[in-house]
Amino acid sequence: MTLTMTREAATERGGSPRFRRPLVTRRNIPYLLILPALLGFLCFKAYPILAAMYISLTTGAGAARSFVGLDNYVRLVNDPLFWTALWNTTLILVVQVPIMLLLALLLALGLNSSFVRLRGLWRLGVFMPSLTGLVAYGVMFSVILSKDSGLLNWLLGFVGIDAINWLGTPFWARIAIVIALTWHYTGYTAVIYLAGLQSIAKELYEAAMVDGAGAIRRFWSITVPQLRPILLLTVVLSTIGTLQLFDEPFVLTGGGPDNSTLTISLYLYQNGFQYFDFGYAAAIAYALTLIVAGFGLVQLKLTGGKK
Amino acid sequence: MKGWPLTFALAAVFALCVGPFYWLAMAATHGNSEIFAETPKFYPGDQLGANTAKLEESIGLVNVLGNTLFVAVVQTLIAIVVALLAGYAFAKFEFRGRNAFFVLLLSTLVIPGGVTIIPIFEMMNDLGLIDTFPALILPNLTVPFGIFLMRQSLLAVPDELLDAARVDGAGELRVLWRVVVPVMRPVLAALGVFLFLGAWNDFLWPLIAMRTPEMFTLPVALATLQAQARTDFGQVMVGTAISSLPMMILFLILQKQFISGLLAGATKG
Repeated sequence: MTLTMTREAATERGGSPRFRRPLVTRRNIPYLLILPALLGFLCFKAYPILAAMYISLTTGAGAARSFVGLDNYVRLVNDPLFWTALWNTTLILVVQVPIMLLLALLLALGLNSSFVRLRGLWRLGVFMPSLTGLVAYGVMFSVILSKDSGLLNWLLGFVGIDAINWLGTPFWARIAIVIALTWHYTGYTAVIYLAGLQSIAKELYEAAMVDGAGAIRRFWSITVPQLRPILLLTVVLSTIGTLQLFDEPFVLTGGGPDNSTLTISLYLYQNGFQYFDFGYAAAIAYALTLIVAGFGLVQLKLTGGKK
Repeated sequence: MKGWPLTFALAAVFALCVGPFYWLAMAATHGNSEIFAETPKFYPGDQLGANTAKLEESIGLVNVLGNTLFVAVVQTLIAIVVALLAGYAFAKFEFRGRNAFFVLLLSTLVIPGGVTIIPIFEMMNDLGLIDTFPALILPNLTVPFGIFLMRQSLLAVPDELLDAARVDGAGELRVLWRVVVPVMRPVLAALGVFLFLGAWNDFLWPLIAMRTPEMFTLPVALATLQAQARTDFGQVMVGTAISSLPMMILFLILQKQFISGLLAGATKG
């Protein structure tokens, strides 16, 4: 009681420093908290996104920059190399994503099986490739895939397959990109699936077993439907990731041979930072955004709205 | 007995995943001609010291490692703080423009990195920051996914916990430091590991933003070295091993944080 009175008295008199209103109050704190993120967002997200839109309508750089309207986009539509890049990206996407997701699902089922010994160790190992930096793994794979002395051709030699010129022929270069991508991301995807599998209630399986459902029946009637949101999510993430594919062709093939592994992002990089044609590169970037957004919309339709 | 075939199958997959790392470690200890010999080397050689010395000479290994570590640590620490503060605001306070900003922030997640890279490059160029550490660090401090992760995790923290501290007379900063930070520690660690991994391995932006070899990060220095004709691959292998090793060790120690950090990126999206 006495304490309250002294406190009130102190406030009335203008207060000792102890009772002065603090600088950070419940009213102003949200603005202070959000300020750093807002600054970063405005400078390095919002402004560049809008600036790129403007740059895509210009040609030249710096003082020599001039507005050309939609010229860059017209050029893009008529650029056979852009279509080659789009075709290559789609091809790699259509082949690699299903293979990887299927392998990842099988791997996750294996890792989740209670019969398996040393599960922790296997999980640890399959996760490791996803930790490798792209340059490191590009270097590794360029040597592993080397024609005359690579690890892969050496292994294939045991099953009687002649040395393959992985990075030197258009067909095999694409396969090499698919192999490298699969090696890199399958374990990561499997660990995502594994987390999904482990969150499925055991009771569902027990009930199904009581009802006499076999393993395959249980897989299709319980596992797949329960995993559906995660399956869709990985389809979308892998698709968007592959549409932006850059690092693997950049470090392994440089887009060659004969532009057979040229991807949209690589073409963007070449135009922007090898030919310094910023206007055209920005137009490619926005075309890529449209493509990615298109897939995003399809996903939204498939999953039936926002989560 | 039933599990053995499956165990063997998983062991084979394990070998495919880990084998290249083992081979890399072995290659780092051999000379150029042995790496490109017809039979791969699965045993250690005696060239590790020589390869490392050559690498130091050609890229300035110690300096480049220092650059990489500095950038990754500073960037990660600041980005975590920015994400925590913003996530806290989004989760626990009402303020003007909250929903609009949140939606805008999330919508940038679908925009490819290629879009922003040219304007950011021009901006850094105009500011004279190209070839400096701020050019590398500044654009990566606001991480929308990190803010989202923080917000989602903080939504699960009951308001009563914060209010109890306030009733006890704690000011807002004290609530943040004494209540929010401690309960968020595991999520902060997961995000930290995730961001550090990204920063350590980042390649494209450092490649564009850095000019002089003294300012390179390890991935850029390695890629440049590899691209040179007639490069001695022994040193490239050492560099590659050095760039992968810290992550492997960190992963073995912080397995849980790694997996939850990477999973958060996927399952909360």
